[in-house]
Amino acid sequence: MLRDITLGQYYQSDSVIHRLDPRVKLSGTIIFIISLFVVNNFIGYAIAGLFLAWVIKVSKVPFRFMVKGMKSIVMLLVITVVFNLFLTPGEAVVTVWKLKITKEGIEIAVKMAIRLVFLIIGSSVMTLTTTPNNLTDGLESLMKPFKIFHVPVHEVAMMMAIALRFIPILLEETDKIMKAQIARGADFESGNLVKKAKSLVPLLVPLFISAFRRANDLAMAMEARCYRGGEHRTKMKPLQYKKRDGLAYLTVFLYLAVCILGGRILPGLFMAP
Amino acid sequence: MGIIQTSKLVFEYIRRDEEGNVEGITRAVDEVDIDVQPGQFIAILGHNGSGKSTLAKHINAILFPTEGTVWVDGMDTGDETKIWDIRQRAGMVFQNPDNQIIGQVVEEDVGFGPENMGIPTKEIWERVKESLKAVGMYEFRKHSPNKLSGGQKQRVSIAGVIAMHPKCIILDEPTAMLDPNGRKEVIRAVRALNDVEKVTAVLITHYMEEIIYADKVFVMDKGHIEMEGTPREIFSQVDKLKSLRLDVPQVTLLAHELKKSGLDIPEGILTIKELTEALEDLRRS
Amino acid sequence: MSIILNHVNYVYDGDTEIPVKALDDVSLQIGDGEFIGLIGHTGSGKSTLVQHLNGLMKPTDGGVYYNGADIHDGDYDLKTLRSKVGLVFQYPEHQLFEVDVFSDVCFGPKNLGLSRKEAELRAFEALRLVGFPEELFYQSPFELSGGQKRRAAIAGVLAMKPEVLILDEPTAGLDPKGRDEILDQVKRLREETKMTVVLVSHSMEDVAKYVNRIIVMNRGKVMFDGVPKAVFAHYKELEEVGLAAPQVTYIMHALREKGFPVKAQATTIAEAKEEILRAFGLAGGIAD
Repeated sequence: MLRDITLGQYYQSDSVIHRLDPRVKLSGTIIFIISLFVVNNFIGYAIAGLFLAWVIKVSKVPFRFMVKGMKSIVMLLVITVVFNLFLTPGEAVVTVWKLKITKEGIEIAVKMAIRLVFLIIGSSVMTLTTTPNNLTDGLESLMKPFKIFHVPVHEVAMMMAIALRFIPILLEETDKIMKAQIARGADFESGNLVKKAKSLVPLLVPLFISAFRRANDLAMAMEARCYRGGEHRTKMKPLQYKKRDGLAYLTVFLYLAVCILGGRILPGLFMAP
Repeated sequence: MGIIQTSKLVFEYIRRDEEGNVEGITRAVDEVDIDVQPGQFIAILGHNGSGKSTLAKHINAILFPTEGTVWVDGMDTGDETKIWDIRQRAGMVFQNPDNQIIGQVVEEDVGFGPENMGIPTKEIWERVKESLKAVGMYEFRKHSPNKLSGGQKQRVSIAGVIAMHPKCIILDEPTAMLDPNGRKEVIRAVRALNDVEKVTAVLITHYMEEIIYADKVFVMDKGHIEMEGTPREIFSQVDKLKSLRLDVPQVTLLAHELKKSGLDIPEGILTIKELTEALEDLRRS
Repeated sequence: MSIILNHVNYVYDGDTEIPVKALDDVSLQIGDGEFIGLIGHTGSGKSTLVQHLNGLMKPTDGGVYYNGADIHDGDYDLKTLRSKVGLVFQYPEHQLFEVDVFSDVCFGPKNLGLSRKEAELRAFEALRLVGFPEELFYQSPFELSGGQKRRAAIAGVLAMKPEVLILDEPTAGLDPKGRDEILDQVKRLREETKMTVVLVSHSMEDVAKYVNRIIVMNRGKVMFDGVPKAVFAHYKELEEVGLAAPQVTYIMHALREKGFPVKAQATTIAEAKEEILRAFGLAGGIAD
């Protein structure tokens, strides 16, 4: 049940997207997210959708992996849609008791839903095609300028890498402890909020203990392998921009330009009196 | 001087109660003297809590002696300037396969040690390749460790240590969490390293069938070395092993029982072949 | 009283491209009072199988019946089933969470809605059954030794008063003495309570001298099912799937090859000893 979360799960395959420099993928993802908020009409979303579909196809990651990532945000999606649907003032289309669904509400709700879905799928493409080590290398490199402000960039990157490595392990563990407690008659589903929160104690206590034990073990294993922070460290896979990375940057900026043009400027021109 | 040597090694830790007051002192390792020669395959046996893991952590300079000294390749582990050299010379593999793999891809994990040592990129790749080949995991180099079996994960951990080019490798119960197939895989990998690469191996375990091929066996109990000798010498003392909460392979136990019942066969039989041969000799006479 | 699995299939489509058949047409009957060893290596489907027995997992296809009732019927009370079919997971000490051992063992019976008094009586009884020392009852479970932790965790399931007790790898991570102590304790408590016990293990050697029926799982299928001697007779096929029969079996076969008049079906050291002594004209030997 908990295995469905794909965020932070690497999907092994051999594609151009997989081979791209993580800095390109990180910047690309950020630009893609920006484009989603720059664009405010459906032409723009169509362009974004086409671009996303093309990237997924090139990445060779089966589409169902992206959909799997969606499951975890279904609730968020529903809430966003419902709020926008009912709480946007404007021209009423349907009225149910005191609530009315407005034309503007429908439009905003659909737009928000598209944005959210694209955002999650877009980030999933990045995490599915980039090994977490690679990803943190990329982050570390992009954040290097912050070192001047004494931000412990290497340490943060290492912590993220480890967190990502242990997410699947801890999820599996949660599943196991849950089952073990259910076998002892525990009930995680019924009851009111207070009762539900209370019922989590038999799950959370063992989980925290396990996490601490693992952290302890891991720290020891890292020390035993001569880990002593970012100083003196070399890289097995140092980041080096290749020709394809330049092309990728170009593609992404081109996409952004098309998006702004199609999703913002052109309609404006046509609409203009 | 051997590659690993300890002299009157004592390790004590302070037990505290819930309020943090000192409750007492536990002596986990008690006056241990061992001497390991380069290229040897050493096994350290003992039940849970006998102090064998505590001893192992001293060799890698993770723990430091309360009294006495530990030398690794001639370096005193108490010398703080040598600590990284010692950890590189004496690599360590731990019990839980999940809690010692740092990389999200097999090859990245194997490269972690050399990265920490500041090895140039090109050489890291060479080391990763040869280490993965040495444990037979090269074809899995692009895999995620989460998808591997326990035995495979432990072999990756071993590769991660070999990539640091250590002179000896200490394995702290590497098979305790594995199934029989996984156990065999790991032991085979360790033996191959010892045979082919001449890496000194110190194997800590409580599975008796894993120590048959060791050059020398130490049996620990209550923090000190209780028995010391070749596997045959150790296995010929079945009753003593039992009193130390250990058991012996079924064939050794059967031979021991037969001897007690009056059959004239030698003590310390380790393999089925030895037993059938002993019984055939007996039939002939 | 029995558990019946009728053509149970379980298909698991995890992260892999191809769905995996974790259970492949498994039909089994577990009778009252049996002592069963369920053997298979990691990934053979044995852990999936036991989670079907108490309804933690639902078959993709096929039925599971407890005392004649289909446990996946809409109105079947799974919570009661889970108290009747007690499942002790691997490394069960990882589920301990209370401040002291006694309260932890009370968790199960309290979930059943029993009064505090009744829950405590059951906890007391369960801890006694696993041979847990009384002076440690109010210790924090995290300060116990490995073997004691495991006993406490097993007691946590026993306190629900199950009719069937399933232990998944109860000896994992224990040293040889600890292993023998736990298995001996399980044998004793079975004799005392007459409950049905299923021991899940990957070691034939460990369970051979305790159980009276062995079920071997391989790739989601039941490969062999019978009394230990009958199962070990297939030692060559077992070898092929990476499961070894007890070493004694190999010794006896090796001796027979060399022309010793011993019976090959000895499975324990004691039986083997008798047989060899008989071959040398010194003692009785085992019956057919």
